[in-house]
Amino acid sequence: MSKTPFDHLVKQFSLLPGLGPRSAKRIALHMLTKGRGSMIDLAQTLRNTADQMKICSKCGNLDMIDVCAICASPKRDTKTLCIIANIGDLWAIERTHSYQGVYHVLGGVLSVIDGVTPDNLNLSDLEMRLEDEEIEEIILALSATVDGQTTAHYVTDLIHRRHNQINISRLAHGMPVGGELDYLDDGTIMTAFKSRRAI
Amino acid sequence: MENWTDQGIVLHVLPHGEGAAVLKLFTETRGLHAGYVHGAHSASKRPLLEIGNLLHGDWHAKIDDQLGTYKLELEQQFAAMIMEDRQKMAALKALTSLLSESLPEREAHPDLYHTTLALLTIMAFGADEIAAWGAAYVKWEIALLRELGFSLDLTRCAGGGSAQELGYISPKTGCAVSYSAGEPYKDKLLPLPAFLKPNGGPEDEEEIVKGLHMTGAFLEKWAFAQHTKGVPEARRDFSIIISQN
Repeated sequence: MSKTPFDHLVKQFSLLPGLGPRSAKRIALHMLTKGRGSMIDLAQTLRNTADQMKICSKCGNLDMIDVCAICASPKRDTKTLCIIANIGDLWAIERTHSYQGVYHVLGGVLSVIDGVTPDNLNLSDLEMRLEDEEIEEIILALSATVDGQTTAHYVTDLIHRRHNQINISRLAHGMPVGGELDYLDDGTIMTAFKSRRAI
Repeated sequence: MENWTDQGIVLHVLPHGEGAAVLKLFTETRGLHAGYVHGAHSASKRPLLEIGNLLHGDWHAKIDDQLGTYKLELEQQFAAMIMEDRQKMAALKALTSLLSESLPEREAHPDLYHTTLALLTIMAFGADEIAAWGAAYVKWEIALLRELGFSLDLTRCAGGGSAQELGYISPKTGCAVSYSAGEPYKDKLLPLPAFLKPNGGPEDEEEIVKGLHMTGAFLEKWAFAQHTKGVPEARRDFSIIISQN
């Protein structure tokens, strides 16, 4: 039996993260019965987004221009580079307005289980940037997980091998703002003690 | 309904679907035991499911043969205490992958479980220098080999020499050999680290590298000889990282 456009639509929706075939069918049905007009708008928006959004060839960020607004901005401190795993992490840091340097998106973290090796990460571009740009400090903003820290150790080695003069730091691990000591786990308390600083 | 509770060390977490995972725990009374974890990617469960963590597991299934489901609580977050140091992290990954890939499932190894727990405690709470925990790691690998049926004899000389001057170990038999008895074959024998000799010795970096080379050879030749993938990559990486320093 040949598949209808509706079946194709359900299949496309079910490929999205967080959606299974049932929810995909529900969304497709809702669009067809109650929001048919908005389907054309959605299709047009999807096309525009696909056409206009670009991956920055320098840092790996998403923007409408290549290179992205952050890399092109003269207000940014180009001597400080923050290495992050994903674009979502970049947006999280940008929300805080606390960092004025530039970024480099790796595109994931090393993981044996997920089959992510150094070849799958955006490391060759990082090496090229270190050769071409005058970077004085690198901040490793990778997650406090075994995979995140394995990646941090790997990247640190990679940088130190050729660029010994670059200062490398990582984000602090420890007490969250609003966290009560009594409710924190042992590992967090211990790393907070290790990372304590004088006041 | 089958049900048991026990403490266990997280060895392997395999993501399943979008929100769940299959977890391999190394428990005292059940050995290596897998189970399904619902909501493994939730903010509350994600920190638990890091390799090396000690968890309190409540496993239940309709029948014993099933994969079953785990309910978990954190006992000790070893991973967080170890992950900042590169060498310790490499050792943790080697340890968990060796256990996960060499032990049979659902077979208790209480001695090895307690040895593993002791090693994790040393690594988590001790100093970062390899001299503080490297010898304990080598001894743990010897314990793993013993548990798998490949015991090393480090108490006497296989060549009839003195037990007080042991210097080598035979890669064929796993028996120690004295300096004098091993002299003609020293190119074929493995050097015995000083801290494994009957009268002890320094636990410095050089001796630890010797120890890792020795246990690595036996893991490859004995324990993982029949495995298609051979010795886990994490164990090879650990040797390289230690040798580089």
